[in-house]
Amino acid sequence: MYQFSSRLKSFSFALMVLGILGIGYGFFSAPKTEADVEAILKEQEAHHGGGHHDTHAEATHEGASHNEHAKTEEHASHDATTHEVKDTLKHEVAHAVDTTSLALDTTAVAVAPVVNNNGDNDLVVNKHHKVHVDHDAEHKEHVSHVFHQLQNKPWSALYVACIFFMLIAVGALAFYAIQWASQAGWSPILFRVMEGVSSYLLPGSIIFFILLLAAAFHFGHNGLFVWMDPEVVKHDHLIQGKSGFLNVPFFLIRAIVFLVGWNLYRYISRKNSIKLDQTKDLSFFKKNYKAAATFLVFFIVSESIMSWDWIMSVDPHWYSTLFGWYVFASFFVSGITVITLITIYLKNKGLLPDVNKSHLHDLAKFMFGISVFWTYLWFSQFMLIWYSDIPEEVTYFVTRIEKYNLPFFGMVVMNFVFPLLILMNADFKRLNWVVVMAGIVILSGHYIDFFNMIMPATVGDQWFIGASEIGSVLFFAGLFIFVVFTALTKAPLESEGNPYIEESKHFHY
Amino acid sequence: MSNKVVHAIYNDDDILLDAVKKTKAAHHHIEEIYTPFPVHGLDKAMGLAGTRIAICAFLFGITGLCIYASLLKFIMIEDWPQDIGGKPSMAFYQNMPAFVPVMFEGTVFFAAHLMVITFYMRSKLWPFKQAENPDVRTTDDHFLMEVGVHGNEEELVSFFKNTGAVEVKVIDKH
Repeated sequence: MYQFSSRLKSFSFALMVLGILGIGYGFFSAPKTEADVEAILKEQEAHHGGGHHDTHAEATHEGASHNEHAKTEEHASHDATTHEVKDTLKHEVAHAVDTTSLALDTTAVAVAPVVNNNGDNDLVVNKHHKVHVDHDAEHKEHVSHVFHQLQNKPWSALYVACIFFMLIAVGALAFYAIQWASQAGWSPILFRVMEGVSSYLLPGSIIFFILLLAAAFHFGHNGLFVWMDPEVVKHDHLIQGKSGFLNVPFFLIRAIVFLVGWNLYRYISRKNSIKLDQTKDLSFFKKNYKAAATFLVFFIVSESIMSWDWIMSVDPHWYSTLFGWYVFASFFVSGITVITLITIYLKNKGLLPDVNKSHLHDLAKFMFGISVFWTYLWFSQFMLIWYSDIPEEVTYFVTRIEKYNLPFFGMVVMNFVFPLLILMNADFKRLNWVVVMAGIVILSGHYIDFFNMIMPATVGDQWFIGASEIGSVLFFAGLFIFVVFTALTKAPLESEGNPYIEESKHFHY
Repeated sequence: MSNKVVHAIYNDDDILLDAVKKTKAAHHHIEEIYTPFPVHGLDKAMGLAGTRIAICAFLFGITGLCIYASLLKFIMIEDWPQDIGGKPSMAFYQNMPAFVPVMFEGTVFFAAHLMVITFYMRSKLWPFKQAENPDVRTTDDHFLMEVGVHGNEEELVSFFKNTGAVEVKVIDKH
């Protein structure tokens, strides 16, 4: 039996305490009133004057002449063509770029970013027609917009970390189910580790559901999902059209069905697996086989809808058909990576004597392969949208490339280029330190992936990886370590009753 | 000088692997082993060096990537930077997503084909090549180990008889 080492336990508690402090600070320092936001904006202007964005902001705030602003706009873009393309994108729907009517253009430019982040296409069009909006109203709107973004920031940080760690457990559970359904001969020796990682699913999904409730009932200015705000829906035809699917009761019912379904499989499978060990009765093996096959069918449907609900709906005007697969690849590879890291940790403590280099090699191959699979989906989604450049789709990437340039492209390096070059070599896949290093980069990369999926819609250009983001990650990492290693102490680390266990012990690649 | 070799023929791959280990232990030099199918662990038992063909493939892949990237850069960006459907052909990186499918396929194409050709060249395989089969049965159900004769021939023959060979022959090889 595995004993939870006291050092690791205190480490996980330290992470949780630090995390709570960070989260608390994030909520505490979020602006309470719009007057706070005015002060913050003033300070930002003072800090970096001259940048393209700031000229822009200044023009909006101080109500400087539109023509001046227009000139800056034009000078900033390097040539006419890109200018035109960029502009069209920025203005979203039906905003023909007309260089002769620059003044008209500029107002829209000034307003567009303000409304953009709500993903409010219709508003843009509306505003566009009201060229003579007075500057005070405009300024107010901007301030209230930034106010909402800054209030969303600690919630979003919490949400991203929460869903990331919960989905790691789901990814490990899916991997585990695949091992059962495919009757893999190499992996039964790692079943306890996989069950340990997926044990985080229950606490993780409870916290996650509470966060969904907080969003649904707008607890503490939580505005993660704009479609949950009746004021927004009232003026938004696109969301109105989707309200048959995107409405709070149905959303919460779906969330319950998915979370209960996944937890139920995890519970049944774990129970049968322990019974199989104790009784050596193969009927439990068959039960688990059938449970895994059934779960995988349920999982792929629920996973797809889950990704629309919990991730894609923060941008309720945007849709992508392969999004479910993309999200799946992201947390699947993270789940496998965590299984690998914990296996290496336990192996180094001498607790998994029958796990050999070939098991490590196989896990690393999965990390490598699924990383490339993730990249394939990332690129397919990006390239199809970039290529056709349809305004209603492309805004999603325009915001990310303009405002999240480093995280957006940095994660491709972390999730693709780095593992590709490091884990391609067969000898490297057998070295603990190489796999651990690659694993840490992959996990950080996929956290940024989730960050990129949520943040641009909720906090827009007010993003920053600060106290609340790091605090949230630390808190959930600590909780994850605590739950997973507690679960590992509940049963012997190597399963015995599995008919493939001998093959797995002598697995050699 | 006549160059004599022993041909020890086996009819089971387990016995063959065992015989290889014994032969290595007795320090007889194994010239060649003919098998009808890949025998798992045979290369390790013989002490053959690992293949480097994967490294070749990696380098070929990089070559392919460079060739296709520069091809596209020259044609689409430098030689005739035409506006085709609004695609930004001002700089390579701006239009790169459109080139990725080609660069990917080019990488795979070069890595795969050049690796196969390297394999053919290194293992001296080509159409109309004279087959080097010492015994036709080795393509069906027999395994043949060829060991050079240095010193006592009788002793060597009896050694191989003891390793479980179904047939041991001494052959003059030219």
